[in-house]
Amino acid sequence: MKKPANALKPHKSMNSNTLLLYITIVLFILLYAAGCLVYGDRGFTNLQTFLNLFRTNAGLICVACGITCVMLTGGIDISVGSLVALDCMLLAYGMSVWGLSAPVMILIVLAVGLVFGLVQGICVGYLQIQPFIVTMAGLFFARGMVSVISTEQLAITADVNQTFYDMASFRISLPFGGTVNRAGKVILPYIGIGVVIALVVLVLVFLMLRYTKFGRSLYAVGGNEQSAAMMGLDVKRTKLKAYVLCSLLCSIGGICYCMNTMMASTTQATGMEMDAISSAVIGGTLLTGGVGNVIGTLFGVLINGTISTIVLTNGKLASSWPNILTAVLLCFFIVLQSIFARLKEKNK
Amino acid sequence: MEDNIVLTMRGICMTFPGVKALDNVDFTLRKGEIHALMGENGAGKSTLIKCLTGINDFEAGEIRVNGIEGPVKNHSTLDAQKVGISTVYQEVNLCPNLSVAENLYIGREPMTPFHTIDRRTMNKKADELCKRLDIKVDVTQNLENYSLALQQMIAIARAVDMDCKALILDEPTSSLDDSEVEKLFKMMLQLKEQGVGIVFVTHFLEQVYAVCDRITVLRNGTLVGEYPVAELPRVKLVAAMMGKDFDDLASIKPEGFGVDKDAPLEISARGLSHKGTIKPFDLDIHKGEVIGLTGLLGSGRSELARSIYGADKAQTGTLKVEGKEAKINQPIDAMHMGMGLLPDDRKAEGIIGDLSVRENIILALQAKRGVFKQLPRAKQEEIADRYIDLLQIKTASRETPIKQLSGGNQQKAILARWLATDPNFLILDEPTRGIDVGTKTEIQKLIIQLASEGKSIMFISSEIEEMLRTCNRMAVLRDGAKVGELDGELTQERVMAAIAGGAENAQ
Repeated sequence: MKKPANALKPHKSMNSNTLLLYITIVLFILLYAAGCLVYGDRGFTNLQTFLNLFRTNAGLICVACGITCVMLTGGIDISVGSLVALDCMLLAYGMSVWGLSAPVMILIVLAVGLVFGLVQGICVGYLQIQPFIVTMAGLFFARGMVSVISTEQLAITADVNQTFYDMASFRISLPFGGTVNRAGKVILPYIGIGVVIALVVLVLVFLMLRYTKFGRSLYAVGGNEQSAAMMGLDVKRTKLKAYVLCSLLCSIGGICYCMNTMMASTTQATGMEMDAISSAVIGGTLLTGGVGNVIGTLFGVLINGTISTIVLTNGKLASSWPNILTAVLLCFFIVLQSIFARLKEKNK
Repeated sequence: MEDNIVLTMRGICMTFPGVKALDNVDFTLRKGEIHALMGENGAGKSTLIKCLTGINDFEAGEIRVNGIEGPVKNHSTLDAQKVGISTVYQEVNLCPNLSVAENLYIGREPMTPFHTIDRRTMNKKADELCKRLDIKVDVTQNLENYSLALQQMIAIARAVDMDCKALILDEPTSSLDDSEVEKLFKMMLQLKEQGVGIVFVTHFLEQVYAVCDRITVLRNGTLVGEYPVAELPRVKLVAAMMGKDFDDLASIKPEGFGVDKDAPLEISARGLSHKGTIKPFDLDIHKGEVIGLTGLLGSGRSELARSIYGADKAQTGTLKVEGKEAKINQPIDAMHMGMGLLPDDRKAEGIIGDLSVRENIILALQAKRGVFKQLPRAKQEEIADRYIDLLQIKTASRETPIKQLSGGNQQKAILARWLATDPNFLILDEPTRGIDVGTKTEIQKLIIQLASEGKSIMFISSEIEEMLRTCNRMAVLRDGAKVGELDGELTQERVMAAIAGGAENAQ
């Protein structure tokens, strides 16, 4: 860090992390605008299409918020997809075979998430095992448990559980932006309960990260673990809490996901952990920890969602195209991050 | 306990497996004093401090802190902070990704009635604190935007703000340049005025005499004594640290150790430059010469050396090695021409911690031979043993992982790595940083011995005294350019004047 003594004043430039967030947001707007231009005639310009981004991805938003918290500490949690599948299977099996009520099953699912996170958190935080290995074990365990419960494809219909069915199909209509269908009836755009849950989670996690001691500890641990410990923060406990929070948000996400699919199967939500991680990275979260924000993650999810929607609307493109486009975007963002990091080094 | 005493340590004992690290050590810190803790590497300074701050668990003895009944035993840094003992280490222990204000207050942020962090109050308090200590920063900016010196000062501000009675500064100046050290000293004196007791651990003797009131000397885990600064002149301090009358430092240069202008040229550079780091320079180095590169931190000393060695490939100019034009694109080319470079950052660029001393020593030689001509094991062991013996590297065995060695011994091992390649031209960038006086003298002697064997040495150091003792000639750098050469009688005044520059800095 060789620098002349007169350079004590910092460069009053925009923080490169904020810049990355803006790039993500602008990219989303551009992508969506492009979709509107090309597929405007296929309903892309409808407000409902936009809201559907949230409806189909409500679960992913919760999961991605959770994984962002873990990634802020410099860790990773790849068990999230399997945990979501386990949640769905528990909900479906519990309500159809055990005949338990929806609220009880929801509580059970949340409890499973809590215990799951607790075990992973203890392994990572207190036993200091690599998070990748710990959560990979979690991934296999949860996926295996899904098959142990049932290898069949279970659908949640109104006959299985009326309450859950009603919850899932409950529509909150917006008082504007309606479209007129062929019969001449005005259809108002709507969202489901899942979207409300996801947005509440998002806002709460955002506030938590910015204004609570725990939130700031996550950043401190990710920034420099040893320093955080030296400054008197409880690093182990912070990590434990991060994994518990992540698994809990996964369970909430699992419920949202289940309300969207209304079914459970052994292969459900495969690869969802990668969607969540890529969303966080596109949203500006560094894999090395210490930098990131759930607003960015939300836009990461929305960008991934928009890509899928465009490919679906096109109808002719193979279903693997979203993966390829996501890969291109990931590269773009990782390269950008590394360029910014280099510039920062140079400016010193 | 007397009122003017901040803390006392009595009869502290501590053993590491196989080593008695501290044996019955006493230490007393008074209010409003700067107390230097001195000793060679391995004398027990760090261990003593770690006992105080709760990182090490001592076996016998007691610590008493003013204002607290009974003996104090800390189990963590947090415990130590609670009784008013704060520590600032050589490496800044803050989080670069958080704002300055957050770094000052994390873990004890001002809260709103809703149990959330009150950022406005936090920023205001941080700003006041920095103003009071004369640190010019914008507290809402991320810490990583500031220089190491400012980060160090912010770390001290954090320590001081926590109702600190005793402030421990563990080698805080190692990575700072002179003007930054100056600022740090101003801050220390200000804190001293406020009645804080400061423990100052450093390797720089000048700094001890610049700010300290009292010196405690440790040697091999035992207490040598506590002295007021005025009663312990430099030579006596060094003698106390080393436990023997060491060679008069000035006399290590043999008679007639001047510049032999008739000796053949080893290196001859014309107009060499690397964009952004070093402007075009000419430099001749004779065989058997020790040339010093001097200048302030960041003046381009290391960069000049790196451009010769090919670590930063030179973009302009020509380089002749032993009279023949040389094309050096990367360090391996330089190595084949008989050059060696000992980098200044030994942790990042030098040692490979998990490899053994032997493996670290033969590394460069092996690289020079190429991957496919492996050095026979017996040969490796012979080389390692020879240099461990020659440089007196203190290690349990040649197979000990090098990270278990003390800093000075690691440095010797890296020096051995380059000596093993039998270079004709050796660049030593800060070879003595962070190592004790005794080892320093040994390394300086070795440099002079190598030169007398006809090798050329380029020596870079921040300590002018050390350069005066070892160099025949000096090249002076300023702001990324070579601005002059000094030979003949080298004195501190001449060098300082040359570094500072002519007319523009005459006042």
